[in-house]
Amino acid sequence: MVTPAAETLRRRAWDAAAAVVDPELPVLTIADLGVLRDVTVRDGRVEVAITPTYSGCPAMNVIALEIGLALDRAGIGGAQVRTVLSPAWTTAWLTPDGRRKLAEYGVAPPQDGAGRRALFGTETVPCPHCGSVHTERLSEFGSTSCKALWRCTDCREPFDYFKCH
Amino acid sequence: MAAAMITVAETPLVRYALARADDALILGHRLSEWCGHAPMMEEDMALANIGLDLIGQARALYGYAAEVEAAGNDEDRYAYLRDVRQYRNLLLVEQPNGDFARTILRQFFYSAFADPYWRAMMGSTDPSLAAIAAKSEKESAYHLRHSAEWVIRLGDGTDESHARAQAAVEELWPYTGEAFLPDEAERGLIAEGVVIDPESLRDIWSTTVAAVLAEATLATPPTGWSQRGGRDGRHSEHLGHLLSELQVLQRSYPGAKW
Repeated sequence: MVTPAAETLRRRAWDAAAAVVDPELPVLTIADLGVLRDVTVRDGRVEVAITPTYSGCPAMNVIALEIGLALDRAGIGGAQVRTVLSPAWTTAWLTPDGRRKLAEYGVAPPQDGAGRRALFGTETVPCPHCGSVHTERLSEFGSTSCKALWRCTDCREPFDYFKCH
Repeated sequence: MAAAMITVAETPLVRYALARADDALILGHRLSEWCGHAPMMEEDMALANIGLDLIGQARALYGYAAEVEAAGNDEDRYAYLRDVRQYRNLLLVEQPNGDFARTILRQFFYSAFADPYWRAMMGSTDPSLAAIAAKSEKESAYHLRHSAEWVIRLGDGTDESHARAQAAVEELWPYTGEAFLPDEAERGLIAEGVVIDPESLRDIWSTTVAAVLAEATLATPPTGWSQRGGRDGRHSEHLGHLLSELQVLQRSYPGAKW
């Protein structure tokens, strides 16, 4: 049974953890990204579950550390941060708010219909700077695991594209 | 210097998870050797990114092996404190980088296996392996596409790039069959649906490889005798040298942390 006190603690812990930002995409919180999966309270102790976007994402260690610090600042000590793999993260978990923030930051958000079809089909990625759909892929792999490098052939600006996953 | 070496209680499941973790770690390490040396900036980032994905997959698999073994080992101990004969990776992944064509062909041959492998493993009756597979499958799809594009670019490129790509195909070909040969220890796991029978992936691998090599104007060698031994810890001379670099810090300063 969930006691009211435990539920209050869980909500406070969620709010604190949800405000942690991705170190590589500081406009997005881990809640926007869908990396924050669950916050539970067991015997008065908080456990936070997070899931990696990519297996080798080096930001996960920093995110786990930041969650611990955020909870400490909220007066919640001794929290555990756990990594869960299942179900696997997909770009569909990016919140609509997260997509908007990404585009405003200059990173093209993943195109709908993520998955293998999009992966091997032809993608149309609108330029986050000028909105043109005349864009081309420069490199499958960009500055972080989750991004590819694209270029707009109209405004000529390069941009990051958050890969479909 | 007598190096610390751990013992591993290799039940079939522990052995299986370690072998797949070793494939990913060793290939990831090989790719990391390119960091700062690739022919162009984009490719430097791509190889490092693929390496990072693979090392991430290795960590998940080592973590699971440690959980199943429950003998106080962990991902670092498996990676840093096993000797060469305890490594169970495929011979293909430990082959030296060679030139860029060799690295790309090695990656392509491995990814053409790993992509359908992880997709099939998503149906494992073991929830942890199925979860690792679901994660890895998405990554391997990118690795396959990227390496296949390069195989075509190199094969159907200049005389020089074609010759190097063809040489790489021939040098690596004897190492490509090992992935499809199940280990005796795996038989029980296959019967229980915990793991897939790798033999079932041979056709899809051959089809992918033949199609890409044909588009690249490269000749596909006939399927024949295959090198094996990696799963049993019998490696080429290259793995020991790789491990000496991978493990030197923990060997020289046991337990070092930073």
